[in-house]
Amino acid sequence: MTKQLYVARSPRIAARMLGEEMLVMSAQGSTLFTLNPTATVLWQNADGATPLDQIVESKICRAFEVTPDVALHDAEALAEDLAKHGILLISEQPISNTNSPEPERR
Amino acid sequence: MPSLAPQLELPSAVIAIGGIAVRVNTSDAVFLAMLEDRYAGFVSEQTHAEFEFDVDLYPPGIANPDADVSVTCDSGRWLIERGECRAEWQPALGRGRIRQTANPYSIDAVLRIVHTLALAEKGGFLLHSASAIRNRKAFLFAGVSGAGKTTMARLAPPDATLLTDEISYVRKLNGGYVAFGTPFTGELAKPGENTSAPVAALYLLAKGAENGIEPVAVAEAGRELLSNMLFFAEDSEMVHRAFQAACDFVQNVPVYRLTFVPDERVWELIG
Repeated sequence: MTKQLYVARSPRIAARMLGEEMLVMSAQGSTLFTLNPTATVLWQNADGATPLDQIVESKICRAFEVTPDVALHDAEALAEDLAKHGILLISEQPISNTNSPEPERR
Repeated sequence: MPSLAPQLELPSAVIAIGGIAVRVNTSDAVFLAMLEDRYAGFVSEQTHAEFEFDVDLYPPGIANPDADVSVTCDSGRWLIERGECRAEWQPALGRGRIRQTANPYSIDAVLRIVHTLALAEKGGFLLHSASAIRNRKAFLFAGVSGAGKTTMARLAPPDATLLTDEISYVRKLNGGYVAFGTPFTGELAKPGENTSAPVAALYLLAKGAENGIEPVAVAEAGRELLSNMLFFAEDSEMVHRAFQAACDFVQNVPVYRLTFVPDERVWELIG
C-alpha cells in the first residue's frame, strides 16, 4: 500500500500571484522561481493537512483534465522537486505549525 | 563601574538621503571634510538623525571598491563586512560603529546597505537605475551594467532634473511611490539633485535600432524589478519584505520596456 504524502508551503519563502503567474522567492540565496500552472495549484493547496492524493484528485485533475493515476505520479515528482528548492515541505504525516505563508491572490 | 566622565561629542556630518538622516561621527577632520564634499548636496543642518555611526579609522591600506559585501543579522545586530571595512549596527538603538580606512567607498557601501535595510521596513527599496524628474513626475530607468542607465542620464534634456545615474531611491509614501535623489553615482560621477517627485513609470532599458515603448506584463515586471533591486541580506524576514515591496510596486506603477537608440530623441518619449 502506498503511503500518503502531505505537503506544506515552506515558511522560508515569500510568494505572490502576479497576473497569471505565481512568483516565489526563497530566503536561501534570495532565489526567485516562477511556478508553472500545475505547481501553482499544488503550492496554493499545500496546507500540510490535506493528503497529496486528495489535492491531486480535487484540484489538479479538475483543473487540468488528467487521470488521477498519471496526475498523482507527476505531482509526487513535482512535490519532490519543489521540496529540493525549499519551496515545499513533504512528510508522510500531516504537517502543522509551519507558519506557512498564505497564498496571496491580489 | 560606569564612567562618570562626560561623553565627548565628536565632530559629525548628518547625511540625509530620501528623508532618512544618518549622523556620521569622526574625530578625523580630513575624513569629515571628505564626507562633506562627497555628500555635499545631502549634508543636512538638522540635529536629529534616525541613525548614528561612530567611525574608527585605521591606517590606509588598499581599498577595493569591488570587494564582496557580507551582511548578516544576529539578534537585532547587523554586521556589514566589505573588504577592510567592518560595521556593526543595531537599528533598534539607532546606533552603529564603522571600522574602516579613510576611503570613500566603505562609508558609501555602509550607507547603501543601511538605507536598503531601513527602506525595506517601509515598503521601499534602492534600485539599480537612473532616475529623473520631468514635468514634476519621476521616471526610473533600470537595467544591468551596460543597459544604458548612464546614457539616459547623460542625454537628459535641460528641463529634466537628474536624481541619480546609478542607484534610485524609492519610498512608499501616502499610498504612492516617491523617488528621491541620491549621492550614489555611477559612470557619470555626478551626484543627483536632493529633491523628489512621485514615480510615474519604471522603464526597463534595452538598446535597439529604433526608439519604442511597450508595456511589460506584471509578472515579468516583478522579476525584472527584483533582479535590479539592491539586496544584501539573506535574512528571511528581509527577503520577504523586499519581495512584497517589489510586487506591490509593479502592481501600482506602470512598467514599460524602453528600447532606444542612444541619442537625445529618446527623451521625446519620456514625460
